[in-house]
Amino acid sequence: MSDFSPLIDELVAGFESAVLEDSHGQAVVRLQRDDWVDFAKAAKDAGFEVCVDVTAVDWMRQRPERFEVVANLLSMQHKLRLRMITTVGRQEPTVGSLVPIWPGADFAEREAYDMFGIVFEGHPDLTRILMPDDWEGHPLRKDFGVGAVPVQFKASHQVD
Amino acid sequence: MATTPPGNLLMTTVDKAASWARTRSMFPATFGLACCAIEMMVSGTSHYDLARFGMEVFRASPRQADLMIVAGRVSQKMAPVLRQVYDQMPDPKWVISMGACASTGGMFNNYALVQGVDQIVPVDIYVPGCPPGPQSLMHGILSLHDKIMAGEIRN
Amino acid sequence: MTDEKTKTPETIDIWVAGTEEPQFSPTDEGAQEIGLDESESRLDEQFGRVVSDDYVFDEDATDDERMIVNMGPQHPSTHGVLRLQIELEGEIIRRTKPIIGYLHTGMEKTAEVLTFGQGTTNVTRMDYLSPLHEELAYSLAVERLLDVEVPERASAIRVLMTELNRVASHLVALATNGMDVGALSMMVYGFRERESILSFFEKTTGLRMNHNYIRPGGVAADLPPGWKDDVAGLLETLPVKFEQYDDLLKENPVWTSRTRGVGIITAEEATAYGITGPALRASGVDWDIRKAMPYSGIDRYEFDVPLGENGDVYDRYRVRVLEMYESLKIVEQVMDSMPKGDYRIDDRKVTPPPRARIDESMEALIHHFKLFTEGFKVPAGETYVAVESPRGELGCYLVSDGNARPYRMHMRGPSFANLQGLPIAMADSLMADTIATIASMDPVMGDVDR
Repeated sequence: MSDFSPLIDELVAGFESAVLEDSHGQAVVRLQRDDWVDFAKAAKDAGFEVCVDVTAVDWMRQRPERFEVVANLLSMQHKLRLRMITTVGRQEPTVGSLVPIWPGADFAEREAYDMFGIVFEGHPDLTRILMPDDWEGHPLRKDFGVGAVPVQFKASHQVD
Repeated sequence: MATTPPGNLLMTTVDKAASWARTRSMFPATFGLACCAIEMMVSGTSHYDLARFGMEVFRASPRQADLMIVAGRVSQKMAPVLRQVYDQMPDPKWVISMGACASTGGMFNNYALVQGVDQIVPVDIYVPGCPPGPQSLMHGILSLHDKIMAGEIRN
Repeated sequence: MTDEKTKTPETIDIWVAGTEEPQFSPTDEGAQEIGLDESESRLDEQFGRVVSDDYVFDEDATDDERMIVNMGPQHPSTHGVLRLQIELEGEIIRRTKPIIGYLHTGMEKTAEVLTFGQGTTNVTRMDYLSPLHEELAYSLAVERLLDVEVPERASAIRVLMTELNRVASHLVALATNGMDVGALSMMVYGFRERESILSFFEKTTGLRMNHNYIRPGGVAADLPPGWKDDVAGLLETLPVKFEQYDDLLKENPVWTSRTRGVGIITAEEATAYGITGPALRASGVDWDIRKAMPYSGIDRYEFDVPLGENGDVYDRYRVRVLEMYESLKIVEQVMDSMPKGDYRIDDRKVTPPPRARIDESMEALIHHFKLFTEGFKVPAGETYVAVESPRGELGCYLVSDGNARPYRMHMRGPSFANLQGLPIAMADSLMADTIATIASMDPVMGDVDR
């Protein structure tokens, strides 16, 4: 049992692979990729009516699975927050889309696709959102350079 | 036989008259992009009152403007749009690059930003600051006036 | 005719004769543009790319009256560089697609090369109308990872400054809303009063915008001498001016007829689309992070959360006006109860030593030097901290891998999510109401595109 809320405990208990963590006093649930959408549905039914944000983290070679997909949920009625995290590999960075559950995840998932190249299956319109359509690469991946141009009179640090 | 009178007396005066007319009827295009756009708007309102210099008529259509104030950071996605707006402006036209981002890319030396709007359009005046205060913008505009007065009419 | 249609239409760059030909290709957002549910060949004719003399009316065309209008990114009323593609049926808007990214600055990438201490310089430039909220969200996230508590005075200064910032931001929202709907005097008034707040900010932080004032560990400097008089002056003058705005707009028949019943977002739609802030409260949802999940000790002060009923443009305007009164209420309480003490934590690993100490202590000098060259290390971990910005929930998702620079910094911009509400608010409404609806959502493109 955690000290967050019985609601979250009950929610997490329904999924065998889900692991509840305490991250600096915040509830974080780590999920298998296959449980991602099912858990989201259960969370919505449990009262998390807002999906605040979907984003990703690129761990490059530091972790066995390269990308973490992070979704922040909010329950206004219970005044609770819950963070869902799952991992996807570099070969097939694919995870189910949350848009059918929360339409508000639309832009956020498009941004994660644009910036990290994570494919959200079931997203109605998964296209680039911030970068131009003919842009190559996904800028927030760690192997995408910052793209700094050399500046005259400045040799303080080199950005690679 | 010399056909041109020495000193170009008459033409100099026409130059001056035309330049004077140009500086007194400058219509900036509204090209607000980021933080600097807010300061540009502030310049036009009552506290700083850009109208004192006959500059407050911000034109929504580039076809009616002869000064483009690039107020803010120019992204790679925005660059073609910016150039198209510039191309639509009638000659003679001038460009003020307002703020660090428009002038050099500022602190954002990365993939997304054009590192200086002078890579896309010719810039006449660079206004430093992040964002430049309305006073700085006014100084830039007045400097542009001086520049036009001192220069010759071409194109 | 059929052969001509299959050809790819040539695009023609616009440039003025005599100037150099532009090097780049014209803007091509491709799939980001609104989907065409009509046959491409018909549209080629409509766009004038294919000219045919023997024009035959296509019997199967269902949306013969539909037309796609492009608005922006360079438009005086899109609050920056928002681009909308609007599908019209006559004067009625059927579908809208916001196209964003024209101000994408790559700040999340830049954040990864800046130290934690430098990060506030970066985030403050995101939402340039509420820079102090951005700094607050970021600083709170760093402090949570560091597991430090800032002194009471620092928290109180943060609340004071952010609430004043909320007033300044709402004033711009009112000003631009007024300007877009035609009440041009509102624009002049809004910026005039904002100027008085900005002059206080300039006195305190040294800058009118992009302050970099709230930093991890506290604030950059103590309030200047005589701040109480300045704030008291603001508290005295601003409510009088707000009443003048009410005289101007509240009952104004032109204003009400342009805003009442326009751009409606229901409570269900607002929650489903993740809309937060005044736009959510205008729909009647009682949700304010300051009340529900208080930060920086804001729960110590008394204030109400104004709510709307209908979720239309007028309600969003009213909610903003009433919120300004509430913010001033908080400011007044902070002013009266400002605790004494330090304005930043006394931890030399996070905040620099006082200037006087640097002259006399070698250690202080070393700390100062190290802090500003290599920065401080933050234990590995991840966190998400949200504050209530003038536009809604502003969250900072911060991941550290134990180094002096964030491994990943993500900002959840309220305008970004709120923009998703535009197509709903504008669907099946009149084209003339477009501008009023956009203005009432108060999007700041720096916050959307980051």
